[in-house]
Amino acid sequence: MIVDPITFFIVAACFLLFAIFSMVRLGLGPTAGDRIVALDTINTLVVAGMVVLAAAYNEVIFVDIAIIYALLSFVGTLYVARYLEGGL
Amino acid sequence: MNILIYVLFGIGLTFNGLGSFALLRFPDVYTRLHGATKCTTFGSIFTTAAVIAYGFARGGGAYHTLAIHAIIALIALLLTNPTGAHAIARAAYRSGVKPKYAVVDKLEEKK
Amino acid sequence: MLVFLATSLVAYVLYLILTMFTGSVGLWSTGELIAGAVLSLIAGAIAYRVAFEKERKGEKNSLRVLNPLRFILFLGYLVGPFFIAMARANIDVAYRVITGKIRPGIVKISPNLKTDLGITLLANSITLTPGTLSVDVDEENGDLYVHWINVKNPEPSPEEVCGSFPYWARRIAE
Repeated sequence: MIVDPITFFIVAACFLLFAIFSMVRLGLGPTAGDRIVALDTINTLVVAGMVVLAAAYNEVIFVDIAIIYALLSFVGTLYVARYLEGGL
Repeated sequence: MNILIYVLFGIGLTFNGLGSFALLRFPDVYTRLHGATKCTTFGSIFTTAAVIAYGFARGGGAYHTLAIHAIIALIALLLTNPTGAHAIARAAYRSGVKPKYAVVDKLEEKK
Repeated sequence: MLVFLATSLVAYVLYLILTMFTGSVGLWSTGELIAGAVLSLIAGAIAYRVAFEKERKGEKNSLRVLNPLRFILFLGYLVGPFFIAMARANIDVAYRVITGKIRPGIVKISPNLKTDLGITLLANSITLTPGTLSVDVDEENGDLYVHWINVKNPEPSPEEVCGSFPYWARRIAE
Protein backbone atom coordinates (compact mmCIF):
# COMPACT_ATOMS: atom_id res chain seq x y z
CA MET A 1 0.00 0.00 0.00
CA ILE A 2 1.17 3.48 -0.83
CA VAL A 3 1.78 6.30 1.66
CA ASP A 4 -1.13 7.78 3.57
CA PRO A 5 -1.76 11.44 2.50
CA ILE A 6 -1.70 12.48 6.15
CA THR A 7 2.10 11.97 6.09
CA PHE A 8 2.46 14.78 3.57
CA PHE A 9 0.38 17.11 5.72
CA ILE A 10 2.54 16.33 8.76
CA VAL A 11 5.71 17.04 6.75
CA ALA A 12 4.22 20.32 5.46
CA ALA A 13 3.33 21.30 9.05
CA CYS A 14 6.96 20.68 10.04
CA PHE A 15 8.06 22.99 7.21
CA LEU A 16 5.71 25.65 8.58
CA LEU A 17 7.27 25.24 12.02
CA PHE A 18 10.79 25.67 10.61
CA ALA A 19 9.68 28.73 8.65
CA ILE A 20 8.39 30.23 11.91
CA PHE A 21 11.80 29.51 13.52
CA SER A 22 13.46 31.38 10.66
CA MET A 23 11.04 34.27 11.09
CA VAL A 24 12.49 34.82 14.57
CA ARG A 25 15.82 35.60 12.89
CA LEU A 26 14.01 37.72 10.30
CA GLY A 27 12.61 39.84 13.12
CA LEU A 28 15.69 39.94 15.36
CA GLY A 29 18.15 40.61 12.76
CA PRO A 30 20.85 42.75 13.74
CA THR A 31 22.02 43.58 10.17
CA ALA A 32 20.16 43.60 6.85
CA GLY A 33 22.33 40.66 5.73
CA ASP A 34 20.91 38.46 8.49
CA ARG A 35 17.40 39.33 7.40
CA ILE A 36 17.98 38.31 3.79
CA VAL A 37 19.56 35.05 4.90
CA ALA A 38 16.43 34.31 6.91
CA LEU A 39 14.20 35.30 3.99
CA ASP A 40 16.17 33.05 1.62
CA THR A 41 15.78 30.15 4.03
CA ILE A 42 12.04 30.74 4.26
CA ASN A 43 11.81 30.80 0.45
CA THR A 44 13.56 27.43 0.18
CA LEU A 45 11.27 25.98 2.84
CA VAL A 46 8.19 27.32 1.05
CA VAL A 47 9.27 25.76 -2.26
CA ALA A 48 9.95 22.40 -0.65
CA GLY A 49 6.66 22.64 1.24
CA MET A 50 4.73 23.39 -1.95
CA VAL A 51 6.16 20.30 -3.65
CA VAL A 52 5.08 18.19 -0.68
CA LEU A 53 1.60 19.75 -0.63
CA ALA A 54 1.24 19.02 -4.36
CA ALA A 55 1.69 15.34 -3.55
CA ALA A 56 -0.80 15.65 -0.69
CA TYR A 57 -3.57 17.22 -2.78
CA ASN A 58 -2.62 15.46 -6.06
CA GLU A 59 -2.43 18.81 -7.84
CA VAL A 60 0.45 19.16 -10.31
CA ILE A 61 -0.17 22.91 -10.59
CA PHE A 62 1.33 23.40 -7.10
CA VAL A 63 4.69 22.16 -8.37
CA ASP A 64 4.57 24.56 -11.32
CA ILE A 65 3.94 27.41 -8.92
CA ALA A 66 6.82 26.16 -6.76
CA ILE A 67 9.16 26.36 -9.78
CA ILE A 68 8.09 29.91 -10.58
CA TYR A 69 8.31 30.86 -6.90
CA ALA A 70 11.87 29.49 -6.69
CA LEU A 71 12.98 31.50 -9.73
CA LEU A 72 11.22 34.71 -8.66
CA SER A 73 12.52 34.51 -5.08
CA PHE A 74 16.00 34.08 -6.53
CA VAL A 75 15.57 37.27 -8.53
CA GLY A 76 14.28 39.00 -5.41
CA THR A 77 17.29 37.87 -3.38
CA LEU A 78 19.64 39.12 -6.10
CA TYR A 79 17.91 42.50 -6.14
CA VAL A 80 18.14 43.01 -2.40
CA ALA A 81 21.77 41.86 -2.43
CA ARG A 82 22.54 44.30 -5.24
CA TYR A 83 20.84 47.07 -3.30
CA LEU A 84 22.95 46.35 -0.21
CA GLU A 85 26.12 46.46 -2.28
CA GLY A 86 25.13 49.93 -3.39
CA GLY A 87 24.89 49.11 -7.08
CA LEU A 88 21.26 50.00 -7.64
CA MET B 1 8.68 1.64 -1.21
CA ASN B 2 6.71 3.08 1.71
CA ILE B 3 9.65 2.73 4.05
CA LEU B 4 11.93 4.45 1.52
CA ILE B 5 9.58 7.43 1.35
CA TYR B 6 9.37 7.70 5.14
CA VAL B 7 13.15 7.50 5.46
CA LEU B 8 13.66 10.20 2.82
CA PHE B 9 11.16 12.47 4.58
CA GLY B 10 12.85 11.81 7.92
CA ILE B 11 16.33 12.74 6.66
CA GLY B 12 15.00 15.79 4.82
CA LEU B 13 13.09 17.12 7.80
CA THR B 14 16.07 16.59 10.12
CA PHE B 15 18.36 18.66 7.92
CA ASN B 16 15.77 21.37 7.27
CA GLY B 17 15.24 21.66 11.01
CA LEU B 18 18.98 21.92 11.61
CA GLY B 19 19.18 24.61 8.94
CA SER B 20 16.58 26.83 10.56
CA PHE B 21 18.10 26.09 13.98
CA ALA B 22 21.52 27.15 12.63
CA LEU B 23 20.05 30.54 11.79
CA LEU B 24 19.29 31.11 15.47
CA ARG B 25 22.50 29.65 16.84
CA PHE B 26 25.43 30.96 14.80
CA PRO B 27 27.01 34.35 15.56
CA ASP B 28 27.27 36.25 12.23
CA VAL B 29 25.98 36.48 8.65
CA TYR B 30 28.57 34.18 7.05
CA THR B 31 28.27 31.30 9.48
CA ARG B 32 24.47 31.60 9.34
CA LEU B 33 24.66 31.36 5.56
CA HIS B 34 26.70 28.16 5.95
CA GLY B 35 24.04 26.57 8.09
CA ALA B 36 21.02 27.90 6.24
CA THR B 37 22.10 27.27 2.64
CA LYS B 38 23.72 23.87 3.03
CA CYS B 39 21.22 22.30 5.36
CA THR B 40 18.04 23.57 3.70
CA THR B 41 19.25 22.68 0.21
CA PHE B 42 20.25 19.20 1.30
CA GLY B 43 17.02 18.70 3.24
CA SER B 44 14.91 19.91 0.32
CA ILE B 45 16.69 17.47 -2.01
CA PHE B 46 15.53 14.63 0.23
CA THR B 47 11.93 15.76 0.71
CA THR B 48 11.57 16.41 -3.03
CA ALA B 49 13.16 13.01 -3.73
CA ALA B 50 10.48 11.49 -1.52
CA VAL B 51 7.76 13.16 -3.62
CA ILE B 52 9.48 11.95 -6.83
CA ALA B 53 9.61 8.41 -5.46
CA TYR B 54 5.93 8.68 -4.51
CA GLY B 55 5.00 9.89 -8.00
CA PHE B 56 6.82 7.07 -9.77
CA ALA B 57 5.52 4.48 -7.29
CA ARG B 58 1.89 5.47 -7.84
CA GLY B 59 2.33 5.34 -11.62
CA GLY B 60 -0.07 6.63 -14.28
CA GLY B 61 0.04 9.88 -16.28
CA ALA B 62 -0.87 12.38 -13.56
CA TYR B 63 1.61 10.97 -11.04
CA HIS B 64 4.41 10.76 -13.59
CA THR B 65 3.77 14.41 -14.43
CA LEU B 66 4.00 15.21 -10.71
CA ALA B 67 7.35 13.42 -10.47
CA ILE B 68 8.80 15.09 -13.57
CA HIS B 69 7.73 18.55 -12.47
CA ALA B 70 9.18 17.87 -9.03
CA ILE B 71 12.51 17.01 -10.69
CA ILE B 72 12.47 20.37 -12.49
CA ALA B 73 11.62 22.18 -9.23
CA LEU B 74 14.59 20.40 -7.63
CA ILE B 75 16.92 21.50 -10.43
CA ALA B 76 15.68 25.09 -10.06
CA LEU B 77 16.39 24.97 -6.31
CA LEU B 78 19.85 23.46 -6.83
CA LEU B 79 20.81 26.12 -9.34
CA THR B 80 19.43 29.16 -7.55
CA ASN B 81 20.24 28.46 -3.90
CA PRO B 82 24.06 28.55 -3.89
CA THR B 83 24.09 31.47 -6.32
CA GLY B 84 21.78 33.43 -4.03
CA ALA B 85 23.98 32.60 -1.06
CA HIS B 86 27.03 33.83 -2.96
CA ALA B 87 25.23 37.11 -3.79
CA ILE B 88 24.21 37.61 -0.15
CA ALA B 89 27.73 36.91 1.13
CA ARG B 90 29.27 39.39 -1.29
CA ALA B 91 26.63 42.02 -0.54
CA ALA B 92 27.12 41.57 3.20
CA TYR B 93 30.88 41.95 2.83
CA ARG B 94 30.62 45.02 0.65
CA SER B 95 28.06 46.65 2.94
CA GLY B 96 30.67 46.48 5.68
CA VAL B 97 29.81 43.44 7.81
CA LYS B 98 33.08 41.90 9.04
CA PRO B 99 33.18 38.18 9.89
CA LYS B 100 33.11 37.76 13.68
CA TYR B 101 35.88 35.80 15.44
CA ALA B 102 37.74 35.53 12.12
CA VAL B 103 41.31 34.25 12.32
CA VAL B 104 42.30 35.39 8.81
CA ASP B 105 40.67 37.78 6.34
CA LYS B 106 42.42 37.79 2.95
CA LEU B 107 39.73 39.94 1.36
CA GLU B 108 40.51 42.70 3.86
CA GLU B 109 44.22 42.55 2.95
CA LYS B 110 43.44 42.89 -0.76
CA LYS B 111 41.89 46.33 -0.44
CA MET C 1 22.20 32.89 -35.36
CA LEU C 2 23.49 29.55 -34.15
CA VAL C 3 23.32 30.80 -30.57
CA PHE C 4 19.72 31.93 -31.11
CA LEU C 5 18.71 28.50 -32.45
CA ALA C 6 20.49 26.72 -29.61
CA THR C 7 18.72 28.87 -27.01
CA SER C 8 15.34 28.19 -28.64
CA LEU C 9 16.09 24.48 -28.75
CA VAL C 10 16.91 24.37 -25.03
CA ALA C 11 13.70 26.29 -24.25
CA TYR C 12 11.69 23.90 -26.45
CA VAL C 13 13.11 20.82 -24.74
CA LEU C 14 12.23 22.31 -21.35
CA TYR C 15 8.70 23.07 -22.56
CA LEU C 16 8.28 19.52 -23.87
CA ILE C 17 9.43 18.06 -20.55
CA LEU C 18 6.95 20.24 -18.65
CA THR C 19 4.00 19.30 -20.85
CA MET C 20 4.66 15.57 -21.05
CA PHE C 21 1.65 13.19 -20.92
CA THR C 22 -0.85 15.67 -22.35
CA GLY C 23 -1.92 14.04 -25.62
CA SER C 24 -1.66 11.49 -28.35
CA VAL C 25 1.18 12.63 -30.70
CA GLY C 26 3.85 10.64 -28.91
CA LEU C 27 3.33 11.98 -25.41
CA TRP C 28 2.17 15.43 -26.45
CA SER C 29 -0.89 17.00 -28.05
CA THR C 30 -0.57 18.89 -31.36
CA GLY C 31 -1.53 22.19 -29.75
CA GLU C 32 1.20 21.91 -27.13
CA LEU C 33 3.81 21.12 -29.79
CA ILE C 34 2.91 24.21 -31.86
CA ALA C 35 2.52 26.56 -28.88
CA GLY C 36 5.82 25.33 -27.49
CA ALA C 37 7.61 25.99 -30.78
CA VAL C 38 6.26 29.56 -31.03
CA LEU C 39 6.97 30.36 -27.38
CA SER C 40 10.48 28.96 -27.44
CA LEU C 41 11.32 30.97 -30.56
CA ILE C 42 10.15 34.12 -28.74
CA ALA C 43 12.15 33.15 -25.63
CA GLY C 44 15.21 32.50 -27.81
CA ALA C 45 14.87 35.91 -29.49
CA ILE C 46 14.74 37.63 -26.11
CA ALA C 47 17.40 35.65 -24.26
CA TYR C 48 20.05 34.58 -26.76
CA ARG C 49 22.37 37.46 -25.83
CA VAL C 50 22.68 36.32 -22.22
CA ALA C 51 22.06 32.59 -22.44
CA PHE C 52 25.55 31.51 -23.43
CA GLU C 53 29.00 32.66 -22.48
CA LYS C 54 30.47 35.42 -24.58
CA GLU C 55 33.09 34.37 -27.12
CA ARG C 56 36.59 35.28 -26.09
CA LYS C 57 39.32 35.40 -28.61
CA GLY C 58 41.46 32.31 -29.04
CA GLU C 59 38.92 29.97 -27.46
CA LYS C 60 36.67 27.20 -28.58
CA ASN C 61 33.08 28.17 -29.38
CA SER C 62 30.66 28.93 -26.57
CA LEU C 63 28.14 26.24 -27.54
CA ARG C 64 30.44 23.50 -26.28
CA VAL C 65 28.30 23.23 -23.10
CA LEU C 66 25.60 21.57 -25.22
CA ASN C 67 27.88 18.61 -25.95
CA PRO C 68 26.03 15.55 -24.58
CA LEU C 69 29.30 14.05 -23.34
CA ARG C 70 29.65 16.99 -20.96
CA PHE C 71 26.11 16.42 -19.70
CA ILE C 72 26.88 12.78 -18.92
CA LEU C 73 30.09 13.84 -17.18
CA PHE C 74 28.15 16.48 -15.23
CA LEU C 75 25.52 13.97 -14.12
CA GLY C 76 28.25 11.58 -13.04
CA TYR C 77 29.86 14.40 -11.09
CA LEU C 78 26.53 15.29 -9.44
CA VAL C 79 25.68 11.82 -8.19
CA GLY C 80 29.26 10.76 -7.44
CA PRO C 81 31.90 13.01 -5.82
CA PHE C 82 29.59 16.01 -5.40
CA PHE C 83 26.86 14.18 -3.52
CA ILE C 84 29.32 12.46 -1.20
CA ALA C 85 31.04 15.77 -0.42
CA MET C 86 27.64 17.36 0.18
CA ALA C 87 26.55 14.65 2.60
CA ARG C 88 29.83 15.04 4.50
CA ALA C 89 29.34 18.81 4.53
CA ASN C 90 25.93 18.51 6.08
CA ILE C 91 27.02 16.14 8.80
CA ASP C 92 29.92 18.50 9.52
CA VAL C 93 27.61 21.53 9.71
CA ALA C 94 25.14 19.60 11.85
CA TYR C 95 27.98 18.82 14.27
CA ARG C 96 28.94 22.49 14.39
CA VAL C 97 25.34 23.61 14.88
CA ILE C 98 25.00 21.32 17.88
CA THR C 99 28.40 21.91 19.51
CA GLY C 100 29.02 25.50 18.40
CA LYS C 101 32.74 24.92 17.66
CA ILE C 102 33.79 27.32 14.90
CA ARG C 103 37.03 28.94 13.76
CA PRO C 104 36.00 31.07 10.76
CA GLY C 105 38.08 33.11 8.34
CA ILE C 106 38.26 34.23 4.73
CA VAL C 107 40.99 32.62 2.62
CA LYS C 108 42.02 33.00 -1.00
CA ILE C 109 42.42 30.19 -3.53
CA SER C 110 43.66 30.31 -7.13
CA PRO C 111 42.08 27.44 -9.07
CA ASN C 112 43.34 28.76 -12.46
CA LEU C 113 40.06 28.21 -14.33
CA LYS C 114 39.71 30.19 -17.52
CA THR C 115 36.01 30.18 -18.40
CA ASP C 116 33.14 31.88 -16.58
CA LEU C 117 31.17 28.64 -16.58
CA GLY C 118 33.98 26.77 -14.86
CA ILE C 119 34.30 29.43 -12.16
CA THR C 120 30.52 29.46 -11.61
CA LEU C 121 30.44 25.68 -11.31
CA LEU C 122 33.34 25.67 -8.87
CA ALA C 123 31.92 28.54 -6.78
CA ASN C 124 28.52 26.86 -6.49
CA SER C 125 30.12 23.52 -5.64
CA ILE C 126 32.23 25.23 -2.96
CA THR C 127 29.15 26.83 -1.43
CA LEU C 128 27.40 23.49 -1.03
CA THR C 129 30.34 21.49 0.34
CA PRO C 130 32.30 21.05 3.58
CA GLY C 131 32.56 24.19 5.66
CA THR C 132 33.18 26.61 2.80
CA LEU C 133 31.23 29.47 1.22
CA SER C 134 32.46 31.55 -1.70
CA VAL C 135 32.27 35.27 -0.85
CA ASP C 136 33.92 37.12 -3.73
CA VAL C 137 35.58 36.48 -7.05
CA ASP C 138 38.45 38.35 -8.66
CA GLU C 139 37.20 38.58 -12.22
CA GLU C 140 40.56 39.29 -13.83
CA ASN C 141 42.45 36.16 -12.83
CA GLY C 142 39.70 33.94 -11.45
CA ASP C 143 40.79 33.91 -7.80
CA LEU C 144 38.08 32.97 -5.33
CA TYR C 145 37.72 34.33 -1.80
CA VAL C 146 36.24 31.62 0.36
CA HIS C 147 34.74 31.85 3.84
CA TRP C 148 35.96 28.78 5.67
CA ILE C 149 34.21 27.78 8.86
CA ASN C 150 37.16 25.86 10.29
CA VAL C 151 40.46 27.39 9.13
CA LYS C 152 43.32 24.90 9.34
CA ASN C 153 45.85 26.82 7.26
CA PRO C 154 45.68 30.56 6.44
CA GLU C 155 47.15 30.08 2.94
CA PRO C 156 45.73 26.83 1.59
CA SER C 157 46.05 25.20 -1.81
CA PRO C 158 42.80 24.68 -3.79
CA GLU C 159 42.94 20.94 -3.05
CA GLU C 160 42.96 21.58 0.69
CA VAL C 161 39.75 23.63 0.54
CA CYS C 162 37.66 21.84 -2.05
CA GLY C 163 39.23 18.45 -2.83
CA SER C 164 38.91 17.29 -6.42
CA PHE C 165 36.41 19.98 -7.56
CA PRO C 166 38.81 22.14 -9.65
CA TYR C 167 39.77 19.02 -11.60
CA TRP C 168 36.10 18.21 -12.30
CA ALA C 169 35.20 21.81 -13.15
CA ARG C 170 38.04 21.81 -15.68
CA ARG C 171 36.90 18.51 -17.19
CA ILE C 172 33.27 19.65 -17.50
CA ALA C 173 33.55 23.29 -18.50
CA GLU C 174 36.74 23.63 -20.53
